[in-house]
Formats: sequence, C-alpha cells, structure tokens
Amino acid sequence: MTEPILRVEDLVTQFFTSRGVVHAVDGVSFHVDEGETVAVVGESGCGKTITALSILRLVPEPGKIVSGRILFKGENVVEMDDEQVRNYRGNDVAMIFQDPMTSLNPVTKVGAQIKEAMTAHDRFSTVQATERVVPLLQRVRVPAAERRIKDYPHQFSGGMRQRAMIAMGLSNEPALLIADEPTTALDVTVQAQVIQLLKQLNRELGTAIILITHNTALVASMCSRVIVMYAGRVVEEGPVERIFARPEHPYTWSLLRSVPRVDEARKGRLVSIRGLPPDLVRLPPGCKFHPRCLFKVDRCLSDEPELEEVAPDQRARCWVKMSTVSEEARETAQKSELAFDVAAEIKKRMRSDARA
Amino acid sequence: MAGATAAAIQADSRDIVRVEDVYKHYPAAGGAVVQAVSGVNLNIRRGETLGLVGESGCGKSTLARLITALQPVTGGRIVFDGQELGKLRSRRLRRVRRQMQIIFQDPFASLDPRMTVGDIIAEPLDAFNLARGRERKTRVQELLRLVGLNPNFTNRYPHEFSGGQRQRIGIARALSVSPSFIVCDEPVSALDVSIQAQIINLLQDLQSEFKLTYLFIAHDLAVVRHLSDRIAVMYLGKIVEIADRVDIYEHPQHPYTKALLTSIPVPDPLIERDREPILLKGEIPSPVNPPSGCRFHTRCPIARAPGVCSEHEPVLEPHGHRDQLAACHFAGEA
Repeated sequence: MTEPILRVEDLVTQFFTSRGVVHAVDGVSFHVDEGETVAVVGESGCGKTITALSILRLVPEPGKIVSGRILFKGENVVEMDDEQVRNYRGNDVAMIFQDPMTSLNPVTKVGAQIKEAMTAHDRFSTVQATERVVPLLQRVRVPAAERRIKDYPHQFSGGMRQRAMIAMGLSNEPALLIADEPTTALDVTVQAQVIQLLKQLNRELGTAIILITHNTALVASMCSRVIVMYAGRVVEEGPVERIFARPEHPYTWSLLRSVPRVDEARKGRLVSIRGLPPDLVRLPPGCKFHPRCLFKVDRCLSDEPELEEVAPDQRARCWVKMSTVSEEARETAQKSELAFDVAAEIKKRMRSDARA
Repeated sequence: MAGATAAAIQADSRDIVRVEDVYKHYPAAGGAVVQAVSGVNLNIRRGETLGLVGESGCGKSTLARLITALQPVTGGRIVFDGQELGKLRSRRLRRVRRQMQIIFQDPFASLDPRMTVGDIIAEPLDAFNLARGRERKTRVQELLRLVGLNPNFTNRYPHEFSGGQRQRIGIARALSVSPSFIVCDEPVSALDVSIQAQIINLLQDLQSEFKLTYLFIAHDLAVVRHLSDRIAVMYLGKIVEIADRVDIYEHPQHPYTKALLTSIPVPDPLIERDREPILLKGEIPSPVNPPSGCRFHTRCPIARAPGVCSEHEPVLEPHGHRDQLAACHFAGEA
C-alpha cells in the first residue's frame, strides 16, 4: 500500500485561557489516502474544526499545537518554518469554510482575489494565473464567468460565493482540500449543487477531501470513510457503509438516530442524546461520553477506553460496544422525557384558562 | 383566477386557520415593491401539524407573521377560529392573540438578556393578566419542569443557558397562556444535532399531550416531514404544492417539490450511491421583480418554451392523490 498523503499522529492542540487549559484536540490520530474522501463528524466543540486548523497550522491565539505530528507526504507540518508553511498552504492543502465571506476580501474583485491566491505561491506566473481565473470559475459552474470576475463578493449570491471560494481553494491544484461545513449556510437546492461539484472535483482531479460536518446525511452522500469525534478525541472510525450499518460506539449510534430522514415512512421518535457535551476545561474522568451515555457500565466512569479494532478497518473507543447492547436497552433510548404529572396539572389549568 | 384557487380549498369546520388569497407587499428602495406573499390560500386543521417549506426569501416567515396577526395583510383575509383577523379590534384581538404563540429560530436573539427566566416565561401571563403572586410562580415552575428544566431556575438569566435550554425556555413561554395554535419558525435550525432531537421530541410530546395545532416552518425538509401531517411548499411568495406527508414524498406533483426532495441527502450510504438529485438551474429570482407566468419557469426542468409556462400563471388545484394540490401546468409530468 502507498503511503497516505496525510497522517495525523497523536495530535494535541490546547487553548490557554483565563479559565484554564481547553483540551480542544486531545490525542487525535488518523490518516487520509490519496484521492480519498474522509468525513470528520461531531457536534460543535468536539474538536473537528480545530483539528483542521491544526493541519493547516492556522490555530488561532491563545491556541497552540502542544504535541504530536502531522505528516503531509512524509513531512512534519508541525516543524515547518514560516516559508515552508506558506508554500504548503494553498499549494498542497487548501481549506474552504462555512461562511465564504470570512475568506473573501470584500473590497477586492473576485477575479483579482483568485489570481492573487495563485501569484502568492510560485506555481504559476502572473500571465498563467490571469489565464486560469475564468476557466477555474467555469469549472465550479459560475455562469458568465468572464463578466463575473469583475464583481465584488457582495454582488455574488451565497451559493456563488461558495463556488468562488472553492475555485480559489482549487487554484493551485492542492492534493488535499479541507471543507468545513461547506453547505450548512446554503439553501437545499444550492447545497445539492455544491455537493455535486465537490464530488466531481474529487473524481476528475483526484483531490482528496476532508469533509468536516455534523450532517450525517452529507457524509453518506460524499465520503468513503468516517471519523467520529467527541470531546477532542476520535471515538470511532471506519468505512462509511460499515459505520452506518453497525456503529459500535453509543455516541455514533445515537448521532445516526438523532436526525430525521426525509425518506422515513412513519412519524417516529428520534434518539436524543441527553445533556450537553462536556466542558473541555474540566473533562470528566473515564470515558468522556459516559455522563450522556445510556449504555454505560461501572468501568466507564473511571477508566478511559482505547481506540481499538472492532472489525476489519473499524475502530471504536468503548468498553461496552453497541453489538452487545440488547434491543430493549436500545428502545428505552427513545422513550418520552415529558414530566407527565406536571402535564396533567397544566391540562386542568388550560381548561379553566380557556373559559377565562 | 384567485376565485378558482380559493375554491380548491373548501371551507371546513376542522380548520383552525384559513388563509384566503392573502398578499403582503413591502416597499423597497427606489419605489419598488417586494411581493413577499402573493395570493396564498391555505388551511390549517385543528390538531394537525402543517409543515411549511421553502428556501430563503420564499415568504414563509412573512406568512407566519400575517397568520399570527403581527402584521396586517396587504390583501385577502385570514380567519382564525372563525374570526377574521383584520376585522378584530382591541379586546377581541387580544383574546385571539392569546390562542396563538410563536417559537422563534434563534434562542439567543428571542429572549431578553436583562429579564430573568421566570419573568420571561411569565411575561405572556402578565400581559393577559392570567396569574399573579403565588399562582404565577407555581405556573412558571410547572412550565419549567414540563419542558425538562430545573424548576429552581426562575431567577437565572438567559446567558446562563445553552442553546437547547434557551429553546426550551422559549417553548415554556409560548405554552404559558395555554394556546391552541403554535407557529414554530425554524425552531431547531440553530441547534446542534443531538439537541435538535431533544427539541423535536419535546414538541411532539407537547402536541399529543395538549392537542396543539402547529404550523412548522423550516428549510430542512427532513425535519418538516418528520413532524408534519401535511406539507405546503412555497416558492417566491406562492404555495406551489400542498399534500399529505406521504403523498408529497411518494408522488410529488410540482417539479420544484421534486427538486427539493431529491436535493436532500439521506443518512444511508447504500441509498446515496443511487440518488440522483434534480439540479435546478441558477438561483431564486428577486421577489421585487418575479418572473411572469409561473414564477418557477426560469428554473424549471420541465417548463415548455415558448409559451404556456412563461405566460400563464398556473392555479393551485387538485392533482395526484386526494387532498393534494399543485400549481403547475404540467403537474406530475417529470
């Protein structure tokens, strides 16, 4: 097997705040093969975005990569000097964000910005860069690209801005594209267009993609492998088909059953994960998911499990594992939480209010 | 033409809300007019959840504001519980208003940061003078427990709560005056997935417990379908299709409904491998200058050129199954 283009080894990224140390990324390891589409899923604060920013060496203050290695084609990104990092960003790896306005300059014309992204690196000459702008915008399906390069970002609609940002990200033909919630801010029909575009770029140019999202449906539609994060850790990973059919970690299982599906035939009940994600300054002992876990055993409260192989290519960090959980226990996870004694009281009052 | 549309939705004693040929226009820069809602006919039946979907700018939130009498209509009429909203004055309008409450999208913007949670929840009680002193306090505590919050939280402030908890506070406030009808305007789209499930389950439990009627507005068709009995699809200020939750998915009649449905990925990699989205051309036109004829014709995959679609406006009329209405000259064809 060939060496993966990206290998993250035991990455620890922390934020040093007045409240204490925020353990944003706490020992994350994974890899991305050439041309692969990998999803990193989890809720806000699970560390997925900070992992991505670490890969790009863009961790904002007061954050810092504390330990671990990030190997891009064998080279450790953590130890690169400024010149090397500048070369690596944009040329090798590019990132697109949820809100395109954060990465587009509002006072520079769209065409000029894309050109600048190319001339800032040394791959293309000024002449080449100028010639590439229009085809790039056409590639991401911006209609009337010759005319639109003279527009400012605010003259573009949300979907068009997202495309312009993708065009900019692709301008130096990076081997890896990191897309952080690229469709969340867009309307559904525009979402479909952007998903289609990313799939096509992966197929035609062989660009590897790390998709960062909380949307499990998007993962099923775009990715071949999935990494599930919780409290700064990888809690499960494996091929998409396997993870969706047989998740072993209770968090993965709950996450997949907590979202309604447009193709569901009946009005069912969703699995809700009770409580909130943990405070990353004061993490609970044992398994970090145990305070919200419906299937925990005594051991989960004190010992943290390792990420271990549970099936070919599938690894999970759990003492229990869903394959050992009974059908009944799974069903209780979907029971109502309404306080029925109070509901009865309120119902009585509603009748008297109605007369008032 | 408006008469024909209205006839398609017949008066029914089961209706709690009837929207009849309603228009809402806003002035825009340079003397232009934004046609936010443009001839909408709709009925909401007692005890049901009617889902309202559409993309940004389609007029769904404006329609909600008209139905809850927060804004007057420019044309047409809205009947709530047998009473025409536009004709009600002072005391009778207040009585009707108590029956309808709204839960908003952003639990951060919709709660006053300077008020305690107890006062926020009791504000509608005070406004309608329903409870004072001890009883007011008991009610607030009951409501907090009902929505799954600690009843001792009455003296805390909104910033001490997470997004999901704030949304529960918003729900408790809406329930405080014992309404029969609640508009949920994107109530979960600002929340994390696991928290979304908590709120969706809570809304379902409350509905079956208190026999509430919901108008559920969202851009996420999966969430809407999960909660709704019937679904109305809006495009550029008009209802283009309305049908039962099963019919709309199994045999949508309007090409826009089809495009919306096929646009949404499903959390199942095996299904996703074969899903072919119908990709629409371009983006939603401006409601200041909507296209002639059928407003969808500029993006429609089955529009016929030249002629019919760009010149004649289609009427919302029965197509497909029982109770299914669509506004398309070629309904069911693609």
